[in-house]
Amino acid sequence: MKLLTLNFLTCARKTCKSAPAAFPLHPKEAELEQVETDLNALFITNMLPRLDWEAMKILTTELGLPALPTETPAPEALLADDGAPSQVLRDLHVLLMETSIASGRLECGSCGHGYAVKEGIANFLLPSHMV
Amino acid sequence: MLPTPSTSHVNYDRVYEPAEDSYLLLDTLSASPETTFLHNHLPPSTPTPLVLEVGTGSGVVLAFLAANARHIFGRSDIATLGTDVNNYACKATTRTVNLAITGPKSGEAAVFCGTLDGDLTSPLRPNVVDVLIFNPPYVPTEALPDSNSAEEAVDRSNLSPNEAFERDSRLLALSYAGGIDGMETTNRLLEQLPVTLSDRGVAYILLCAQNRPEAVKDRIRLWPGGWSAETVGSSGKQAGWEKLSILRIWRP
Ligand SMILES: C[S@@+](CC[C@H](N)C(=O)[O-])C[C@H]1O[C@@H](n2cnc3c(N)ncnc32)[C@H](O)[C@@H]1O
Ligand SMILES: [Zn+2]
Repeated sequence: MKLLTLNFLTCARKTCKSAPAAFPLHPKEAELEQVETDLNALFITNMLPRLDWEAMKILTTELGLPALPTETPAPEALLADDGAPSQVLRDLHVLLMETSIASGRLECGSCGHGYAVKEGIANFLLPSHMV
Repeated sequence: MLPTPSTSHVNYDRVYEPAEDSYLLLDTLSASPETTFLHNHLPPSTPTPLVLEVGTGSGVVLAFLAANARHIFGRSDIATLGTDVNNYACKATTRTVNLAITGPKSGEAAVFCGTLDGDLTSPLRPNVVDVLIFNPPYVPTEALPDSNSAEEAVDRSNLSPNEAFERDSRLLALSYAGGIDGMETTNRLLEQLPVTLSDRGVAYILLCAQNRPEAVKDRIRLWPGGWSAETVGSSGKQAGWEKLSILRIWRP
């Protein structure tokens, strides 16, 4: 599961849907995997406005990855002077597109429930008493 | 004709085999009325759309959408994501999509985020899904299979042949058994749409005649917030009835 996915996920429990602490989910004992992929500059550029930057900063800190800039980069910062992809864009590509969670847990900051990740697939199924 | 993604690696004893319903989705979403709608609805300069398929099964539909993103959505900056309650389906989907989006035409393809094992849209944040596709378990049955017991069985590796057969039957039942009117799971998904879809969000849901698609559309049109529901694809006329149809549900 690409790290980018965490931008869209929250706790599966109904009671946590409106709880601010349920996002982002916190990776625990996460085993990361780097998979090289072609740089898609347009994808990153158009994804930027809908990335929750604060959440991405929390994730990089918790995963011990290189820190992100304090503020969301401006669109101009994604291209170097010669129009080629900038370092900022390349870093985002590595973080969001090439870094995957292979195994571990995703923990809800609101209820504490942990969702197991195995073979890159996170399991959000809940026992019926927890739904 | 766009190529159908290969699913030859999938074990159809426990994962839904692509069938007439799957192909109706492929045909409908890649033909000009829907591609034109989607191109206009998600203009190129707007933020990257998130496409979610619920109940991916073999992954044939999601792989098709991802591999042909430029043709279908008019752009290749598209993020795709799948969910299924059947863990084997999740694994199959991941493989099918990755196979379909790599290769000479990868420049036309969307980005694949992954497949989640989960109930409908429950792992998703509110208001993030721009295109949602669901080919649900739609056959009227007396009862719904228990998805949790199916899941527990997957975790056990030392099943006897009999137990393994029962687990596989339960997993396949999850793919078609729809309970009362075949609508029990679809109704739960419909209830989630106003929360899960973004303001520009559009959903494509497949129904069969016994699901009473006309009544479903009438109900959706009464939802607060000005929702539309139209039939945008159908197949298999039987005595004047469309056997299968696809509804597009959105806020114009
Ligand atoms: C009719 S099959 C469709 C498979 C595939 N999308 C296709 O078109 O070939 C329905 C799929 O939905 C899954 N499913 C059933 N109930 C579900 C639920 N509550 N949440 C997520 N997936 C579900 C089944 O496991 C099955 O893979
Ligand atoms: Zn929670």
